[in-house]
Amino acid sequence: MLEIKNLHVTVGGQEILKGLNLTISDGEVHAIMGPNGAGKSTLSYAVCGKDGYEITQGSITYNGKNLMDMDPNERAGEGLFLGFQYPVEIPGVSNMNFLRSALNSQRRYRGEDEIAAVDFLKLIRAKAAELDMDPEMLKRPVNVGFSGGEKKRNEMVQMAVLDPSLAVLDETDSGLDIDALKIVATGINRLRATDKSILMITHYQRLLDYVVPDYVHILAAGQIVKTGGKELALELEEKGYMGLGITESAA
Amino acid sequence: MVATQEAKQTVQDVTGEYKYGFVTDIETERAPKGLSEDVIRFISAKKDEPEWLLAWRLKAYQKWLTMEEPTWAMVDYPKIDFQDIYYYSAPKSAEDGPKSLDEVDPELLRTYEKLGISLKEQEVLAGVAVDIVFDSVSVATTFRKKLKEAGIIFCSISEAAHDYPELMKKYLGSVVPVADNYYSALNSAVFTDGTFVYIPKGVRCPMELSTYFRINEANTGQFERTIIIADEGSYVSYLEGCTAPQRDENQLHAAVVELITHDDAEIKYSTVQNWYPGDKDGKGGIYNFVTKRGACRGKNSKISWTQVETGSAVTWKYPSCLLIGDGSVGEFYSVAITNNYQQADTGTKMIHIGKNTSSTIISKGISAGKSEATYRGLVRVMAGAENARNFTQCDSLLIGDKCGAHTVPYIEIKNPTAQVEHEATTSKISDEQLFYCQQRGLETEDSVALIVNGFCKDVMKNLPMEFAVEAQKLLGISLEGSVG
Ligand SMILES: Nc1ncnc2c1ncn2[C@@H]1O[C@H](COP(=O)(O)OP(=O)(O)O)[C@@H](O)[C@H]1O
Ligand SMILES: [Mg+2]
Repeated sequence: MLEIKNLHVTVGGQEILKGLNLTISDGEVHAIMGPNGAGKSTLSYAVCGKDGYEITQGSITYNGKNLMDMDPNERAGEGLFLGFQYPVEIPGVSNMNFLRSALNSQRRYRGEDEIAAVDFLKLIRAKAAELDMDPEMLKRPVNVGFSGGEKKRNEMVQMAVLDPSLAVLDETDSGLDIDALKIVATGINRLRATDKSILMITHYQRLLDYVVPDYVHILAAGQIVKTGGKELALELEEKGYMGLGITESAA
Repeated sequence: MVATQEAKQTVQDVTGEYKYGFVTDIETERAPKGLSEDVIRFISAKKDEPEWLLAWRLKAYQKWLTMEEPTWAMVDYPKIDFQDIYYYSAPKSAEDGPKSLDEVDPELLRTYEKLGISLKEQEVLAGVAVDIVFDSVSVATTFRKKLKEAGIIFCSISEAAHDYPELMKKYLGSVVPVADNYYSALNSAVFTDGTFVYIPKGVRCPMELSTYFRINEANTGQFERTIIIADEGSYVSYLEGCTAPQRDENQLHAAVVELITHDDAEIKYSTVQNWYPGDKDGKGGIYNFVTKRGACRGKNSKISWTQVETGSAVTWKYPSCLLIGDGSVGEFYSVAITNNYQQADTGTKMIHIGKNTSSTIISKGISAGKSEATYRGLVRVMAGAENARNFTQCDSLLIGDKCGAHTVPYIEIKNPTAQVEHEATTSKISDEQLFYCQQRGLETEDSVALIVNGFCKDVMKNLPMEFAVEAQKLLGISLEGSVG
């Protein structure tokens, strides 16, 4: 269970999150929507521990452990995964090598044995196939020269292999055509089927047609201003933020 | 590697078959400090050298006396007092070395551990007196036998001076003339160690030759001299150095390496250099001033240099190719890492002399800490070199903002048919890349190592397999503490 209490985060000297509260219990799927610049990516970075995202007040705990004391890789070892809004390119490092190093590092953190090379190969091939990824792409350098859709698909393959207990997906659906969107939804639903928790950050109701959330939150001006069920997303789509009485500027 | 290192020593101990050099009279004193004709005579006498070689050394010494230490490289170090150096010392006897690992620099041991080197191997590398394991004898003897059957000569340079004087006379100094530069002249006068390899016509050397297998060499030489000759249609891959740092008390290293390929022959020369770089504040460390050059004398012959340079406080090194034979090929693949206060000025020279010659240069420089790395490369196409081609790719990666990377390409074209391409990039490891790796579970240092290995991939893939794996680990270790 992820518990965020009264979270204040400052970035570049400016307070972006201003007392955010959010609780995600095991197996739940939450969606966060909100206008541009509301602080959605900031929330995902603060949860995962990116440098420069300074927590000035409040707390983040995961399964009772204080995440704020942990390095990003330790949080990953605890089961956190971040699907990046803009996945990063790493020239010269094959997807396969990257992911095996990452998985083994997580396993070492958890005191587990490293995965045997053969087992890893089987695992990654199976996950790539489930998500319709050409196995050749596994040999290519991480995200280098990938199209937008391919990068997002790659995030899903990584998620499937690392098998996190909580996935934070930052606009994984943005800029995708309908086929790519369906692939992403498949990835999320497979994770969901194993009773993992998911936090989807999205601009569009469209993803929520494929992955139906348990809760929808609206983040504006650094706080969660409204929470509801899946209908809230539909209502938002229909009326817009203004129609729901949400202003984009800071409260 | 351990096995071979041990084997080397074992065979030495067991067979005691060396007729020459200091191995047999290991107890003798070293030459007095400083350089003079007498010291050179002493060295030559110790090695029981033929008269012509002594004369050659003395001539080199006279030449050296007239030369000036070069200052054009982008490196900065206190002036070397050449009279304050021992030019000949017998190998350290067991009593001089540490008695156990407890007496060895813990920093060195930590590196061994990270490289996954066994305790036994650590002792050998650190120069601890150890009992030699016997079952490894067979490795080296089998190896020697196999080479002998193929007609390959693989021995120390001193042995070669005795046993193969004709070959030595013909090739010594034929690629790097004595007076080529200040350090080659010095080396010619005082070299005490090194390897001699001759691959006969049509022979493909059945294994990678590594300095580890070279028997009769007790220490890493301060002034090494290496000659490798590949006769017509032959092939050899040679590995120099080791990924594990060795105990070494010599501050100045000035080696000379000469490679010669005849028609249709190929030499692949790989180096991993990991000498002591000095501490975090830039104290200590080795000065490495090397002259490495290959001559592709025969048509369609090929020389390929691959180097991974992570050590030394100051490096000054330009493995080069003289492309004389028509259709000959020169390659230079280099990774140079500098951290803390290290300085490296390295690169290559490709001299196109024959027709249809081609060369490839891939240089990857990584600078971290307060270090400075310079790529200095020359591509020269002579008037007679019709249809010469060169491709140069020079990439620099910066870690942090206190280090520097410089690229100094010289291109001289005297034939209009030449095709020369030069590409250069400078990049930084971004916070985004680091966070991405960390978020997937990698620790900071592993993330840096992974990104750097990716950056160097085009070079690393040219290393022989066994070397490559260790070299990868080494890149990570060299960059420790460079981020966050
Ligand atoms: N590194 C930074 N330095 C300064 N301001 C930043 C930085 N990163 C984000 N911000 C600001 O923080 C606010 C929230 O950004 P972000 O979390 O990316 O919003 P969202 O993902 O909801 O669109 C924006 O006003 C943005 O300009
Ligand atoms: Mg965002």
